[in-house]
Amino acid sequence: MSYDVAIVGAGIVGAACAASLSASGLRVLVLDSNGIATGTTAAGMGHIVLMDDSEAQLALTGYSRKLWNQFADELPPEAEYEHCGTIWVAADEDEMSEVRRKHSLYAEHGSDSEVLDERSLRELEPNLREGLAGGLLVKDDSVVYQLCATTFLLDLAVRYGATIQTGSKVAKISDNGVIFRNGDVISAGVIVNAAGHAAAELSPELNIVKRKGHLAITERYPKFVSHQLIELGYLKSAHGSDRDSVAFNVQPRSTGQILLGSSRQFGIDDSGIDFDILERMTSRAFEYMPDLKMLSTVRVWTGFRPATPDNLPYIGKIDGSEKIYAACGHEGLGITTSLGTAELLTSAILGKKSPIPIEPYLPSRTITEH
Amino acid sequence: MITLTINKIATTVDDGTTVAAAILNAGVKGFRTSVTGESRGPVCGMGVCFECRVTIDGVGHQRSCNIIAADGMEVVTGE
Repeated sequence: MSYDVAIVGAGIVGAACAASLSASGLRVLVLDSNGIATGTTAAGMGHIVLMDDSEAQLALTGYSRKLWNQFADELPPEAEYEHCGTIWVAADEDEMSEVRRKHSLYAEHGSDSEVLDERSLRELEPNLREGLAGGLLVKDDSVVYQLCATTFLLDLAVRYGATIQTGSKVAKISDNGVIFRNGDVISAGVIVNAAGHAAAELSPELNIVKRKGHLAITERYPKFVSHQLIELGYLKSAHGSDRDSVAFNVQPRSTGQILLGSSRQFGIDDSGIDFDILERMTSRAFEYMPDLKMLSTVRVWTGFRPATPDNLPYIGKIDGSEKIYAACGHEGLGITTSLGTAELLTSAILGKKSPIPIEPYLPSRTITEH
Repeated sequence: MITLTINKIATTVDDGTTVAAAILNAGVKGFRTSVTGESRGPVCGMGVCFECRVTIDGVGHQRSCNIIAADGMEVVTGE
């Protein structure tokens, strides 16, 4: 059997690429050394969010979010797609100026958001503490249960004729094909590296490092939180340099459970729970939402984000290779940007016009560290 | 003696009685409702099985077998 495209990685990015490429008529093979959605995808929050760390990030998250909102009707109920919106919570007047900056930037890009004062913030989220300055409600953001969304994307791909093969360890990719640890080789016209934080092991020219995170999930407390809530200080946390950081970040699930994040740590390979940073993370959350303290947590886990130096993913052909493409390095935005990534990659492979300019994400771009 | 309310009905129990025992004394059967709508009640009686969870003073998912009844406590079952 020969394939037009072999995708290495069955996380949400690989799955979205598989759906898009096979819908375009290509014969697609999806490979994963472990299983479907077992890496970063399994560990994340499933937040579909507009982010504006850079123009290119805003373009990709905005385009991808539009695709998610169009795709929402097709998703099965178990994908728990909820159009709950995000509220960026401002603690003080300094952060309110960031709220206003975001508001006008999003308006320029045709994205609906609303500035909240202290009172309207508390009306929307009564469990936030008193005395917060306000916030920004970004209405078109959503949450999704990313594991079911990934499975659904792969089911779509299979309906278009794709093949999925999990459990065979991929050792190497080259222009000759995908080489497995047992020596088997599969050749394909194009090979897509969608291996998440393992992508740099297969393509050493990519600069991707693991950025560890912790999440906790509570018992069911319906209506305790209604929107995805993130402190504006998150931006400092998410884009700060090498120091460990935490931020208040909670998400309502349709079950009534609350997902509680977030932490960021570089340079750690151990996936065990770090109780010091977990304590910092929960304390930070209690500062914003004191009654969270009363709730029971049922599980805590960790994951690794595939981080790049400029917080942008790698999408497109890898320089120096004939047929290897990258779709990896999405840091904490892989769920959001999976659908956009897939469309950009498909256009690049088919030589069609890109829906948004691909240049900022090309693996060969000049990287300026943030 | 301690007086608490269970589903808004006042009930009196001895000092040191657990909330689970107070609920059973009052003849209430369903402690909580599972995700699929089944009625559940205490199994282990020692805080391990999580089947006896009730809402106490507005806070959900409290293990009634591990909490001692207190005066004025408001307990809600079946949630």
